[in-house]
Amino acid sequence: MKKEDIEEKNPVESFLRMDRIPHIWCPGCGIGTVVTSFVEALRKSEIELDKVCIVSGIGCTGRVAGYLKLDSFHTTHGRAIPFATGLKLANPELKVVVFSGDGDLIAIGGNHFIHAARRNMDMVIICVNNFNYAMTGGQVGPTTPLEANLSTAPYGNFEYPFNLPFLAEACGATYVARWTALHLRRVTKSIQEALSRRGFSFIEVITPCVTLYARRNRLGSGLNLLKYYHDNSEIQHGADTRTLDISFQGKLIVGKFVDKEKPTFLDAMNKHLSRVLGDRYQLYGRIDDD
Amino acid sequence: MKKVKADPKGVLTGVHYLDGDFAIAEGALAAGCRFFAGYPITPSTEVAERFAERIPLVGGVFIQMEDELGSIAAVIGASWAGVKAMTVTSGPGFSLMMENIGLAAMMEVPCVIANVQRGGPSTGLPTLTGQGDMMQVRWGSHGDYEIIALSPDSPQECFDLTIEAFNLSEIYRVPVFIMTDECVGHMHEKVVIPPPDEIEIIERKWYEGPKDKYLPYKPDKDMVPFMVKAGDGYRFHTTGLTHDERGYPIINAECQNVLVPRLVDKIRKNANKIIKIEEEETDTAEIVVISYGITSRVAVKAVQKARKEGIKVGTIRLITVWPFPDERIKELAKKIKAYVVPEINYGQIVFEVERCAEGHASVIGVPHCGGWVHDPDDIFNAIKEASK
Amino acid sequence: MIYFGDLKPKRGKIHIIKDRCKGCGFCVEYCPRDVLELSEEFNIKGYHPPYIKNENECCYCQLCETICPEFAIFVTLKEEEEESEKSESRP
Repeated sequence: MKKEDIEEKNPVESFLRMDRIPHIWCPGCGIGTVVTSFVEALRKSEIELDKVCIVSGIGCTGRVAGYLKLDSFHTTHGRAIPFATGLKLANPELKVVVFSGDGDLIAIGGNHFIHAARRNMDMVIICVNNFNYAMTGGQVGPTTPLEANLSTAPYGNFEYPFNLPFLAEACGATYVARWTALHLRRVTKSIQEALSRRGFSFIEVITPCVTLYARRNRLGSGLNLLKYYHDNSEIQHGADTRTLDISFQGKLIVGKFVDKEKPTFLDAMNKHLSRVLGDRYQLYGRIDDD
Repeated sequence: MKKVKADPKGVLTGVHYLDGDFAIAEGALAAGCRFFAGYPITPSTEVAERFAERIPLVGGVFIQMEDELGSIAAVIGASWAGVKAMTVTSGPGFSLMMENIGLAAMMEVPCVIANVQRGGPSTGLPTLTGQGDMMQVRWGSHGDYEIIALSPDSPQECFDLTIEAFNLSEIYRVPVFIMTDECVGHMHEKVVIPPPDEIEIIERKWYEGPKDKYLPYKPDKDMVPFMVKAGDGYRFHTTGLTHDERGYPIINAECQNVLVPRLVDKIRKNANKIIKIEEEETDTAEIVVISYGITSRVAVKAVQKARKEGIKVGTIRLITVWPFPDERIKELAKKIKAYVVPEINYGQIVFEVERCAEGHASVIGVPHCGGWVHDPDDIFNAIKEASK
Repeated sequence: MIYFGDLKPKRGKIHIIKDRCKGCGFCVEYCPRDVLELSEEFNIKGYHPPYIKNENECCYCQLCETICPEFAIFVTLKEEEEESEKSESRP
């Protein structure tokens, strides 16, 4: 058995920087699962891998860029989305995926998130939501449910959290889905759909954070959290995003909520400027090296 | 270093009457800049406005981002996609951009940032001139890194130095700053834009070896690594964390002590090739006036008046303010009596001059907190005092 | 002409990279066929990796492969020759 193990390799390894494995994530952390689902989606969508760029910010999920064998960028806290905007606008042929955490994308990166969604910038945002700032030791974040206990809310959280699908839809995202790490095949399918479409696609994946969120709130191990997802999640495709609040250990409504067509930033720019400037407008396409 | 001719699409050849801000935009387009991300802030807004008007006609893209932090992040992203990119701002926006300027320095990304300075600190004097960000441009972001900063004194120089800035940023893979001020930015003067084949553009240092052997941060002989762009199949990784030659984060002291000295030394050790200063009558001088930007034009009147009174005054105009011309200032200090340093701030570059003079010559600053240019008589009085 | 007779259930061969495992137990819990179980042995990190309890039950669903956060388990399709003993088909 062992000899054959050495000869055969885990197919996911061809997408990973194997010289950096094992990764830094904790036992029971769901980020590795989301990465495998993402790799599966890349493989199934048969997308040209050379053109895929991964941009991530700071945090546990921010480390994803360092493990994927694609053009990957580990940028500053909260600025993954404008960085990705620059990449995409400079070379529209790139397929840009922003893979980052809830604190990075929604708190410090909140302003960039809402504007990129408003502009329907063509990119895929995979927001791994573990309800806290894990890398720095488990602080309260913009998605932490009420009553949860974290290091900067030691008496329990009294701040209202964001309802991410509602926020994304309100800002103008054209594809909004929420899944948990347990819904791995559905995460893969959502990522596949997002990769094959154009526009601002937002996929929230609720993942277990064992060492911090679960431990501080006495929620058990990764298995306990997955069981909670299993027992409490309900798929409601197309649900009204206003009803998708998450209370502490409460019901999780998952599914694909928004999927609509709308011109992307570049589409709108090209169409409008062609109409106004006529022949003088240089249609914005790929910039070749001079 | 590969030199090419400018792309004719972006060059508005001819004799124009432009203000400094517009000249910066035209210089960038002539240099091949095809991506601009910015945020409106007085007195730099006109640069963004000019870009918004001109860049769709030359095959580039303009985006007004939601804030300055987004602007500089987008510029860095665009540069990684292989396009020359630029942003502009003023004092408050400059402070906002600092973290990502550090990222650009760490990731070694060529980009150009123009700061049309105004009175500070904080919101200060939005519509009036200042030169109060000269230390910030050098030390603004945390940690050790080194940048290049140029200081034009006229709209014509705004045009010329912007092209120079793009070239320097490509050679050294470093963010380069154009430190003008509201006076030069809003001043209308004659700007001559030459034909495209008279404009020299330096190409980016592209890697041309086998894909699987590519190491993103392996330095070349000049301490600058070769660059690639996203989408070409190199599958590189780059990070703001301390990294090794592969671009992978290595969190230990050894790696830090290899990477950071190189980031600084690639500018410091090449300083002789970068520094540009304009000297006048320094060989026979007793007093030397060191100035930059608009102040150097004001100083001309003071210097003329002093010379009429028989004082032997020379001038040094700093075209590159950073890296600072340490050696020249030190060498000259031994021969002269005093340096007079007028600047539109409460004393910033004067401390650099003091440091380099090493006590051999006295250093007299002529500060002005901003809001207007100096009264030439103030500079003249300082020269006269120094010559006693 | 006999269509259903040709249909054979897929069988998977499970490969476990023991030293990568961190003993989270996801694969054991969510395998639909109860193929895996946490072993008593320790790997190099001190965790209990899974072992294959019922290899023949594996139906190549690859859920363990996708859910494992450590990339420590994967399944390959068992070749047809090894299927000689199976004669039943499924609709």
